Amino acid sequence: MPWTDACATGDIDAEDLIRFDHGGATYAIYHGADGKFYATAGLCTHENVHLCDGLVLDFMIECPKHNGQFDYRTGEAKRAPVCVNLKTFPVKVEGNRVLIEVP
Amino acid sequence: MGKRDYSLFGADAKQAVESGLTAAEWYHSDLPRKTMKDLMARGDSPAIRDTLLLYGLMIAFAATGTALWPTWWSVPFWLAYGVLYGSASDSRWHECSHGTAFRTPWMNNAVYEIASFMIMRNSATWCWSHARHHSETYIVGRDPEIAVMRPPEMTKLMLNFFGIIDVIRFFPTLIQNALAGPTAAERTFVPQSEWAKVRRVAQVHLAIYAATLVLAVWAGSILPLMVIGLPRIYGAWHHVMTGLLQHGGLADNVIDHRLNSRTVLMNPVSRFIYWNMNYHVEHHMFPMVPYHALPRLHEAIKADLPAPNRSIAEAFREMWPALRRQLTYEDYFVKRDLPATAKPYREDFHQYVPGMTAPKAAE
Repeated sequence: MPWTDACATGDIDAEDLIRFDHGGATYAIYHGADGKFYATAGLCTHENVHLCDGLVLDFMIECPKHNGQFDYRTGEAKRAPVCVNLKTFPVKVEGNRVLIEVP
Repeated sequence: MGKRDYSLFGADAKQAVESGLTAAEWYHSDLPRKTMKDLMARGDSPAIRDTLLLYGLMIAFAATGTALWPTWWSVPFWLAYGVLYGSASDSRWHECSHGTAFRTPWMNNAVYEIASFMIMRNSATWCWSHARHHSETYIVGRDPEIAVMRPPEMTKLMLNFFGIIDVIRFFPTLIQNALAGPTAAERTFVPQSEWAKVRRVAQVHLAIYAATLVLAVWAGSILPLMVIGLPRIYGAWHHVMTGLLQHGGLADNVIDHRLNSRTVLMNPVSRFIYWNMNYHVEHHMFPMVPYHALPRLHEAIKADLPAPNRSIAEAFREMWPALRRQLTYEDYFVKRDLPATAKPYREDFHQYVPGMTAPKAAE
C-alpha cells in the first residue's frame, strides 16, 4: 500500500486525534501520550460513529457515543460495548509531515 | 401514527430500521474541540468524594436504624437509607455504566457492580440495554428503556414509585438468567460473547438474596431484608420521580435530544442522589462528559437548548398533564420553544417517514 501524506505533526495536539478522509474511507490519526503518531480506522466498530469526536485517555480512544474504548496502538477493543477490534495502519513521520500507509 | 408497538420484535421496530431512523445522525450542539476536551476530562476525585459520602451515609443510617429497631424511631433512618440504596444506586449504576464517573477503570467497575445489585439490574445485561437507549433514544420498538409508554399506564407508574413493578419483573428474570442466561428479548441487544457473564452475575445476585432470606427466616425478623432487598421498594420513589422527568411527555421517534429529553434544575440533595442527571439533554447529547462537568456543559450550550424546567415541581406540572392527555391521544407530546439563538429542531423523521405523524405542539 502507498504512503499517504495525512497532516502536519502540528495539526494534532498532544493526546488528541483528528479525522482524515482518503479514498472513500475515513481514518483517525492520533498524537499519542508517548509523543508518537498512530492511525486507525475512523469509525467505531460498534455503531459506525466517528471516533474523532471522542476522548484520548493515555493510549485509549473512547467513542463519543457509547464510551466504548480501544487501544489505538493495537486497535484492541478494551471496554464494552465495543467487541470488535479496530483496524490499525502503519504511520511514519517525515520532517513535519505524518504519513499513513492506507489503501 | 397508530397504536405504538413497543416490542423489540414488533412492527414499529421493523419500521424504524426500514425507514433509516435507527441509522440517522442525531443533532449535536456545536462546541469547539478544546472546550469539549476540557469538559470530557476525567478524574477520580469528585467520584471518590461522593462515593465515600454515599457509602458512609448508608452505613450510618443502616447502623442507626438497626440499633433503634424495631421502634418507630428507626423509621426516618430507614427512609434515608432506602433512598440512598433504592435511588442513588440508579444514578451510580448509570454513570458507571458509561465509565465516566472515575478515571480509574476498576473504581468504575466496582461501583457499577454494587449499584447494579442494589438497583436490581443484571450488570452484564443492562450496560447493553443502556447502549441501545443512547443509540436510539425513545425510538419505539428499539429503545428497551422507555419508562413511559403511550398510552401511559398510570397504575403501573404509581406502583413503581415503590418499585413494585420493577421488583415483580426482576425476580423471574433473575431466575431465568441464572438458569439459562439472557431472555429472548435481552438477546437482541446483548452480544453472544456476554451471555455466560449474564448467567454468572445472576447466580451471584440470586445467592445473596437467598442468603439474606435464610438469615431473616433464621432470625425470625425482616431486619436483614430492611438492609438488603426491601430498600429497592421503600427507597425507589426518588429515582422514579427523577427518572420519569427524563423523557416523560416529550417526543418519540425523533433524532434530536432537545425534543425527547428534559433538563430540570434541582435542589442540591436531589442532585447528589441523582448525580447531576437532571442535565439530561446535555447528557444524551454528549454522554462522554462526566456527571460533575454537566453543569458546565449546560452553561456552554444552553443558548441552543429549550429553557430548563426550574424545579422538580415545575417539571411535573409540565409532564403530568401531557401524560394524562396521551391517555386518549397517543400522538400528543410537549414541544418546548427554542431560544432565538438556537438552531432549529431536527424533525425530519417526524415529517418524512411514512406512517409517522407530524409533531403536534403543546397548547
